[in-house]
Amino acid sequence: MRRVAITGMGTICALGRNTAEFAEALREGRPGIGPIHSTDMTMMRFSNGAEVKDYSHQPYFDDRHADFMDRFAQFAVIAAREAVTDSGIQWTPELLETSAIITGSCVGGQSTEDTGFHDVYKLGQNRVHPLTIPKTMANAGASHISMEFGITGPSFTISTACSSAAHAIGQAYWMVRNGVSDLAITGGSEAPFSFGILKAWEAMRVVSPDTCRPFSKDRRGMILGEGSAMFVLEPLEAAQARGAHIHAEIVGFGMSADACHITQPSAEGAARAMRAVLKDAKLSPEQVGYINAHGTATPANDPTETAAIRSVFGPHADKLAISSTKSMHGHALGAAAALECMATALALRDGVLPPTANFNQPDPQCDLDVIPNQARAAQVEYALCNSFAFGGLNAVLALRKG
Amino acid sequence: MSDDLSQRVLKVIATSKRIPLETVTIDSEFEQLGIDSMDAVEILFALENEFDINIPDDEVRSVRNVRQMCEGVEKLVAAKSDSAAKQ
Repeated sequence: MRRVAITGMGTICALGRNTAEFAEALREGRPGIGPIHSTDMTMMRFSNGAEVKDYSHQPYFDDRHADFMDRFAQFAVIAAREAVTDSGIQWTPELLETSAIITGSCVGGQSTEDTGFHDVYKLGQNRVHPLTIPKTMANAGASHISMEFGITGPSFTISTACSSAAHAIGQAYWMVRNGVSDLAITGGSEAPFSFGILKAWEAMRVVSPDTCRPFSKDRRGMILGEGSAMFVLEPLEAAQARGAHIHAEIVGFGMSADACHITQPSAEGAARAMRAVLKDAKLSPEQVGYINAHGTATPANDPTETAAIRSVFGPHADKLAISSTKSMHGHALGAAAALECMATALALRDGVLPPTANFNQPDPQCDLDVIPNQARAAQVEYALCNSFAFGGLNAVLALRKG
Repeated sequence: MSDDLSQRVLKVIATSKRIPLETVTIDSEFEQLGIDSMDAVEILFALENEFDINIPDDEVRSVRNVRQMCEGVEKLVAAKSDSAAKQ
């Protein structure tokens, strides 16, 4: 089994257009949450989201190239470009043939589909745009990344709601670890701000009317986000041999299914995923110093996650630092775990644990050290990144300081 | 509270949860009926359609039983007819 390094990172999200901007916002505890501009919100019970501000495809793609891509696929390619450049990898024909691309997305290009369905259902038109299908498919992000770089190895997309990117990164990690691929581009991307999708979220009554306050007693639900984060994973030895910068190592991946309820989380299911990652990484609970929590700020998630952490870590739970960066970059669904894995890698690399922003009031049901509002300087060796999806499909990554 | 209104609410609950109407009474607690938070959200959706009202999230946070649900609906229906009368 090979050790696996993160040698490249890239992102575009509400907190910035690249990794440096993302890291700065996290350090400053500065949320990217505000009024949603992508769609008309006058008929909606909520109005705020974590959007990529003033996004236009133009600095990134020429018009004809952009015609073929939904916003979520554009985000995937933008993040992948930065990650590949950051890694400093030199492509060889052999590497292009064996590299893997594994992405996560929850809704894929449903915004494009929403527009097409509006045309036929509402406007009574008799046809939708012929690119509706190829722009909507959730694997479009992975496909466009493969075309961008000419990568012809194993490539696919995983869709497990809010855990999508964690399952994708974990799978890519295992493939590199086991020698299936010598390089993987992996992460997630999402762009859910279209009217129909937002109406569906409104109907679930889980979206906050103001902002995202994870673990705070006055939390009122989640804030949707968009964007992408992508990573280049390589065997540690190969990365060191070519003198690559190692941001962090991925050292474990654990999964579980709640087998319980389609939306209600289960502490036992979450705990089993955390135990699985500790086993995969051969870590004892006491070795973990930080957890980037799933922390959606819904009434149900945060106490359930707290109970799960307490059940896995026992007395060590009181020494653990935990934060939910969703309080800043929002809940980017299928990209959430990618943004959070990046936040985790940065925390280990830079020795700064990101805070839980917008925190007002301790909740006895969420009685962990949640790093309220202020980032904290701390050298941590091992960290976990939790993702617990609707449908009860959980995925947890373990990272080590590089 | 009007009997007609509460009967309609009971019927919406029974239809949505797919349980016999006679199991739902004005004194039923959601927990007794096995109504979890997702069931409740579906019932609210059905009530919005049945009474042509919009039920704000804040109105429903503390609702735990059928009586509270009927009272909430009654308030919103009254507010709707008030605003219709003003127009």
